[in-house]
Amino acid sequence: MSDDAIQQTPLYALHIELGARMGPFAGYDMPIQYASGVLAEHLHTRKAAGLFDVSHMGQALLEGADQASVAAFLETLAPADVLNLAPGRQRYTQLLNESGGIVDDLMVTRPPGAEGVLRLVVNAARKAVDFALVRERLPAGVRLMPLEDAALIALQGPLAAPILARLAPGEGLESMPFMSARPARLTEAETFVSRSGYTGEDGYEISLPADVAETFARLLLAQPGVAPIGLGARDSLRLEAGLCLYGHELDESVDPVEAALAWSIQKRRRVEGGFPGAERILSALVNGPKRLRVGLRPDVRAPAREGTVIVSAEGAPIGVVTSGGFGPSIGAPIAMGFVDRGHSPLGTAVGLVVRGKTLSARVTALPFHPHAYHRG
Amino acid sequence: MAQIRYTKDHEYIRIEGAEGVIGISEHAQSQLGDVVFAEPPPVGKMVKAGDPAAVVESVKAASDVFAPASGEVIAVNSDVEGTPGLINEDALGRGWLFRIRLADPGELDALMDEAAYSEYLKTLG
Repeated sequence: MSDDAIQQTPLYALHIELGARMGPFAGYDMPIQYASGVLAEHLHTRKAAGLFDVSHMGQALLEGADQASVAAFLETLAPADVLNLAPGRQRYTQLLNESGGIVDDLMVTRPPGAEGVLRLVVNAARKAVDFALVRERLPAGVRLMPLEDAALIALQGPLAAPILARLAPGEGLESMPFMSARPARLTEAETFVSRSGYTGEDGYEISLPADVAETFARLLLAQPGVAPIGLGARDSLRLEAGLCLYGHELDESVDPVEAALAWSIQKRRRVEGGFPGAERILSALVNGPKRLRVGLRPDVRAPAREGTVIVSAEGAPIGVVTSGGFGPSIGAPIAMGFVDRGHSPLGTAVGLVVRGKTLSARVTALPFHPHAYHRG
Repeated sequence: MAQIRYTKDHEYIRIEGAEGVIGISEHAQSQLGDVVFAEPPPVGKMVKAGDPAAVVESVKAASDVFAPASGEVIAVNSDVEGTPGLINEDALGRGWLFRIRLADPGELDALMDEAAYSEYLKTLG
């Protein structure tokens, strides 16, 4: 079955040429790391600029006759205020199931200068589920158009803005605020650029036609300070930045309030509801959720991996680690997990059961590494 | 000259008389990537050939280190506990994990010598 065959992104040949160690991720053969390794790639991104191939992610347009009808439709699936999304701005939100569980998390963008259009970027592993859900609910006059021939390249790190400014003088990309987006001509390519990312650093995500992606990636890689970064460092960067990864922090049993994503539900939606699982979510906003996503810092050097049981100071199970590893910029192990709300206040002492031993740890503020977004 | 033997799980044991120094092979460290945590067994512990005896962790994953031979742990490398990257820099040297007093030197016959291990690695592709 061709649907089961492992897929390649438009940058596959370049990854091989760059000496990437490849591995399967969400049905794609993706670069896990390059020769310098996860630690070096992670630290490079924080001090210079990292190029990430994220072409496996799902990009789509939602189109209709007017902005209000497209936005109103998305609001029936997601709890963000999409109606009041200004042209050229984007928001982080979640597709929800009927009980308020998270089907996927995504970025929704209102392109400037277009009427009745929203751009969606969803997780690779969920795009089939997401697009099926959206299609099933589409009202007359609204269409979902997956961008099958678009690549997506992220350039992240403190040098990302000066590098793009040098490549595209006059485009003004360096003055774009965080969470804004617009079309831009980058050298020969017509692209759609957003100032966002998944590392906690300043940076951009650049959507562009697949057939020019490799040429553009090579041009970026030729700039001083740009290195290719694999999925290994992408994961450690997002963990330090306290960002959720679908299938780890998020799944269909978790609602946005438990996942500490209540900030992504704007006030009007809290008042009006009208999204799937609104009863559960609005109640959790008022009364507090039963469990909550928190940051965890072990007091010892041993990392606590996903699935590690979290216990109270008295030894009772209170939760589970959803992502855990070593934070290269922290120089210590870090983790995120869900705990019963009573154990969620910052500084709460907990135990992490690693290989039969209970290691002491503390509930810690997220992010572990401060965000460096360009607020404009 | 000290002899070195390897397991199929990519541990090595360097035989020094009645003792053996244990770590992970050059191939293993390269596959694992940056090691960020190493936990040798406590001194005095009896380890059994094939049983998990130590742990090494990269940024992404934890791996058990299986004892290539049975014996009592008589020393551990405290340097790798503080600087786990030594395993990447010098797996067969300063990146050693622990030293045992061999309980049964006959067990070593089941392990691969340098040439056999090198052939074995080729079969892994």
